[in-house]
Amino acid sequence: MNIYRTLAVSRKEARQIIRDSRSLYLALGIPVLLMILFGYALSLDVNDIPVAVWDQDRSPQSREFLDQLTGSGYFRMVFRTENYKKIVQAIDDNTITLGITLPHDFSEKLKKGRPTTIQALVDGSDSTRAGIAIEYLKVIIATFESDVKLAELNRQAVLARVRQPVDPRIRLLYNPELVSRNNIVPGLIAIIMMVIAALLTSLTIVRERETGTMEQLISTPVKPNELIVGKLIPYFALGYVDLVMVYLMGEYVFRVPFRGSLLLMFAASGVFLIGALSIGFLVSVVAKNQFFATQFALLATFLPTFLLSGFVFPISNMPDVIQSITYIVPARHLITILRAIYLKGAGIEIIAFPLFMLVVLGFLVSSIAVRKLKKKIQ
Amino acid sequence: MANLPLENNDDFAIRTEKLCRDFGKVEAVKNLHLQVKRGELFGLVGPDGAGKTTTMRMLAGILDPTSGSAWVDGISIVDDPEGIKEHLAYMPQRFGLYQDLTVMENLIFYADLFRVPKKLRAGRIETLFGFSRLGPFKDRLAGALSGGMKQKLGLACALIHSPRVLLLDEPTNGVDPVSRRDFWKILYELLKEGISILVSTAYLDEAERTNRVGLMHQGRLVQLGEPRALKSMLKGITMELIPSDPAKTRTLLRNMPGLLDVNIFGGGLHVRIPDKSTGEAILKRLEAEAIEVRSFRRIVPSMEDAFLYLIPRGQEEDKSGVSAE
Repeated sequence: MNIYRTLAVSRKEARQIIRDSRSLYLALGIPVLLMILFGYALSLDVNDIPVAVWDQDRSPQSREFLDQLTGSGYFRMVFRTENYKKIVQAIDDNTITLGITLPHDFSEKLKKGRPTTIQALVDGSDSTRAGIAIEYLKVIIATFESDVKLAELNRQAVLARVRQPVDPRIRLLYNPELVSRNNIVPGLIAIIMMVIAALLTSLTIVRERETGTMEQLISTPVKPNELIVGKLIPYFALGYVDLVMVYLMGEYVFRVPFRGSLLLMFAASGVFLIGALSIGFLVSVVAKNQFFATQFALLATFLPTFLLSGFVFPISNMPDVIQSITYIVPARHLITILRAIYLKGAGIEIIAFPLFMLVVLGFLVSSIAVRKLKKKIQ
Repeated sequence: MANLPLENNDDFAIRTEKLCRDFGKVEAVKNLHLQVKRGELFGLVGPDGAGKTTTMRMLAGILDPTSGSAWVDGISIVDDPEGIKEHLAYMPQRFGLYQDLTVMENLIFYADLFRVPKKLRAGRIETLFGFSRLGPFKDRLAGALSGGMKQKLGLACALIHSPRVLLLDEPTNGVDPVSRRDFWKILYELLKEGISILVSTAYLDEAERTNRVGLMHQGRLVQLGEPRALKSMLKGITMELIPSDPAKTRTLLRNMPGLLDVNIFGGGLHVRIPDKSTGEAILKRLEAEAIEVRSFRRIVPSMEDAFLYLIPRGQEEDKSGVSAE
């Protein structure tokens, strides 16, 4: 491999990138757009769950319970009704997720110390949201229950005030408010970078073949590795600009706390970028035409990255076979690294394995791309 | 010539031996024996699909032959396809330079790829600008050049590393006549510097400007020789006939006995006859058919006449490939 020829290819490619202003705007604009779309749309936090209530009891106790429900911030009262059918109908047309019915003997039974019931109708069509709503509701009911018990005990014991026997004090490390965005943004950076990087390079070789410049190029002594590395350099720079942009968006638009080392984050992302760009090269070397190349690059990176990287679906919940497949998905490793650096402030020793995997994958894919690039007419 | 004499390879800029290339069932090049001497301007002529481009690509080392072998500048294209690329220049039929780079940027890029020493560059680029007259356009994007200028740029980029062998695949295809003439002038200049040139063309008037011509047809070399020698193979007298109705005349004459060949040429016909009396018979026949004869005169046969004579009409198979030398 000759460094001068490699740099000559880089210079030529860089000139072409800069002169193709439309593609350049896309390369710089799409990551920002994706970041905004996914950053806002992909919130896993469940707040303001719309609720309808049929309070048959209309007692101070029932009002207190409802106050606790709406005061939690998780539920939002949409309407009160005296009609069971209206609740069902509202769930059907998506105006509410939860319908609560308090029986007419709610306060009476409580006073007598007998168990009472609360009926909750939950819209299960979005199972994640329904599950979270049920969990919130359970917590509120449990709190209400213990308050009632305490009040009752305090009323009976005249002298000593009774306290709750166990007062759980749970402290969440690393993401104290359990804001899912803090978890999503680092993952999003990995996904966006994967797709953008592969798209950037997916055209480079196949375009030269389609426009006829490849035929002239392969008649020169330039070597396949000089071509690939030479083309990689300017796209790496472009990918890095994208990386800094999405990082800045995480910092200033989504206000995701960054606890680790910036240097480590950008170094690990750089290693990842080489692998992701190489996937694009491989597609470009194999593809018959430019249309196929972009479509395939998009599909081959987005789907596995989205599904198998642990971004949305936790890898630990996957079947063993699928779990082992996730090791060849570069984004899986970058997400592990980014989450560790972002949220835990992890050092190099913690991320050594995923980083090593990124190096291996990058080297592997780029070698295959070089090997597949034949200096022959197809 | 099945057994080629084992001459010193270095006597030839290009030598092919039983060179074959198939594309599936299509035999693009069949059993090609071709020898281009050092310092020779060799023309490869033939209709589209004759196998000219396939041959060029194999010689440039960018297409593997199915069988057979070839040597360019003494280096085997089969064993060392990368080795030949250092001293070879190949100009594909389709413009192969970067339209979004300037003239100068394209030149520098190719100079870099061939690792032309920096101190030689300025002088060489000056020389190339001298003959191509591209100097004033050095900062223009290649895509904004005219067809003729593009070809000259292609040639300039091909010559930046002072190659010993030049392969030009239909270099003047779609170029205006003035630019074509300029282009050939440049080729003669290069020849003086000792570069060996293999040029393919579908223009037969261009074939006449070469030292030797090989006629390719259906993947085979059908004829080979100096342009004059090929033309002298034409028997009889070539006449140019301009009648009022060329199409009808042609049908008429094709069915007339005693004629050697009849072909449409521009607005008239080229008719080859064995002797003058046949010519008189033709005139009588046309008069009888009430076809007006505007001109009927003897001409020097062109390469095209020779070409049409030497390449079998229709799709019937010709005899086995004729080898060069």
